[in-house]
Amino acid sequence: MKMKYAAYPYIIWLIVFMAIPMGLIIYFALTDASGAFTIANIAQTGRYMPVLIRSIWLATISTAVCLVLAYPLSYMLSRMQGLTSRTLLTLVMLPMWMNFLLRTYAWMTLLEKNGIINQILGVFGIEPLTMINTQGAVIMGMVYNYIPFMILPLHSVMVKIGKDVIEAAQDLGASPASVFSQVILPLSMPGVRTGITMVFVPAVSTFVISQMLGGGTNQLIGDIIELQFLGNAYNPSLGSAISMVLMVLVLLCMSLTGFFDDDDVEDRLI
Amino acid sequence: MEKNIISLRGIVAEYDGERVLDGLDLDIRDEEFVTFLGPSGCGKTTTLRIIGGFIEPKEGDVFFDGKKINGLPPYQRHVNTVFQRYALFPHLDVFENVAFGLKLKKMPKEQIADKVEEMLKLVNLSGFESRSINQLSGGQQQRVAIARALVNEPKVLLLDEPLGALDLKLRKEMQLELKRIQQSLKITFIYVTHDQEEALTMSDRVVVMKRGEIMQIGTPQDIYNEPANAFVADFIGESNIVDGVMHKDFLVEFAGVEFDCVDKGFETDEQVDVVIRPEDIKVVPVDEAQLTGLVESVTFKGVHYEIAVDGHGQKWIIHSTLSQTPGTLIGMMVTPEDIHIMKKMEE
Repeated sequence: MKMKYAAYPYIIWLIVFMAIPMGLIIYFALTDASGAFTIANIAQTGRYMPVLIRSIWLATISTAVCLVLAYPLSYMLSRMQGLTSRTLLTLVMLPMWMNFLLRTYAWMTLLEKNGIINQILGVFGIEPLTMINTQGAVIMGMVYNYIPFMILPLHSVMVKIGKDVIEAAQDLGASPASVFSQVILPLSMPGVRTGITMVFVPAVSTFVISQMLGGGTNQLIGDIIELQFLGNAYNPSLGSAISMVLMVLVLLCMSLTGFFDDDDVEDRLI
Repeated sequence: MEKNIISLRGIVAEYDGERVLDGLDLDIRDEEFVTFLGPSGCGKTTTLRIIGGFIEPKEGDVFFDGKKINGLPPYQRHVNTVFQRYALFPHLDVFENVAFGLKLKKMPKEQIADKVEEMLKLVNLSGFESRSINQLSGGQQQRVAIARALVNEPKVLLLDEPLGALDLKLRKEMQLELKRIQQSLKITFIYVTHDQEEALTMSDRVVVMKRGEIMQIGTPQDIYNEPANAFVADFIGESNIVDGVMHKDFLVEFAGVEFDCVDKGFETDEQVDVVIRPEDIKVVPVDEAQLTGLVESVTFKGVHYEIAVDGHGQKWIIHSTLSQTPGTLIGMMVTPEDIHIMKKMEE
């Protein structure tokens, strides 16, 4: 096969921003401070297993919530007229243009003990609720921040499902429920897969959300990694090792659930 | 045979506030091949979609086998549709596409397999069961769409310009094949097209439509030979349509000349449209001619030459197997049977 010159910038890009950093992570993960080979760092990650499991668990719940909320919304958006659909989609995207930290801070002031929500509840004589520094707050923060990444791939797949295909199913005797289960759901699966990947991966490694909304008690694996690089626990080798383990686990999870095969469904749609 | 399978009564349909069907009445007989023919925007597809249940008429009733089916959703109607752009399910293979309707009916697996196989054989697609849809050519996709609809044994099959996306040769093959399928299965086909040749080739009856109204219903021969008005004449094949005056029964004047004709029943000196088919004008020596004109252009069309003639301001199109030299003066003759007199259409 002939290599095209036009591909060179991308190959350089890949080497500089993907291959070299990846190699560095693996190098740091497998060496000690003096640069000698060791598997001590990898072995140490075992200590953080509970945090890792919590991260995966919270990310899974957030992804599920995103999917449940985003699916019907995306479907409605995809069936609307062009202008209405575009306007609503822009509204969905709008918060994303605001700074991530700012958005999460905003939630802190909303969820605080004497935050806006509790103040409003107080007007009706309801006891203040403990919302901040809970797992629920972390999940909510994740859902809020990452749901656009679920809506967009779902929407882009669903707009491609032609009205005529749905009518064909009705014509062949499919009730609304059958149209959904036999046509819309299978045809939107590529979007579901992409959406899950795009929400789960950042959610599982997030650290800002858990720090701001989860308090100290809901540390996630991202927080631990951050501590190794920027915090007082400074230990890049351990940080790299945890990152590597996390990456392997995520890849394993996804290959087990069959996320990487069956890409041709997407091709068939186009 | 004379039983009406579908009847439309006073159908009015509007789209974005614009009236697309205006009080349509139509009976479709069992086992016949009916074609809705007309230019785009004439309401033919709307009529089909009303029968299929995809559009609710604003007024009027739809009867199926004598029963009123207004408001019945598409999935409860005993009709199936072949859609304009096939609308096959991209996530299913050929077998699963065809089996779709049967699976919904919870038919036993072996029976489904038998029926699908039989149907694929009928459309000449045996052996394509496990092909994916995007591996098929346009013509093959079309056959799958037809098989997918027919396997449900509908009493009526609706076809919405199903051959529009195919090339000419394939289209002609499929026209004959559709006719063959319709005759072998003995079910009603309702076919929508804007292609007059397609309509004439396949149909038992043609319904010519214009702006939401039926212009004429008849056999292809009727429609071609006895068009009800100038619109039908113009739409079905090429026609010379000229203004004329009906002086009395069997006497019409047009292009400044009086002609004998076979029509009667008009008022004295009534303004009429005179329709003459291009192939009915004979080129004769000038001294024997009823009309004369200068040959403007000659175009070779395969079977015939199309000759454009300027007869003192009145343009004529003649189809003839003999060529003429542009610029020469020729004579033209029309026999009384080939002069069709029509009432002026009110616009």
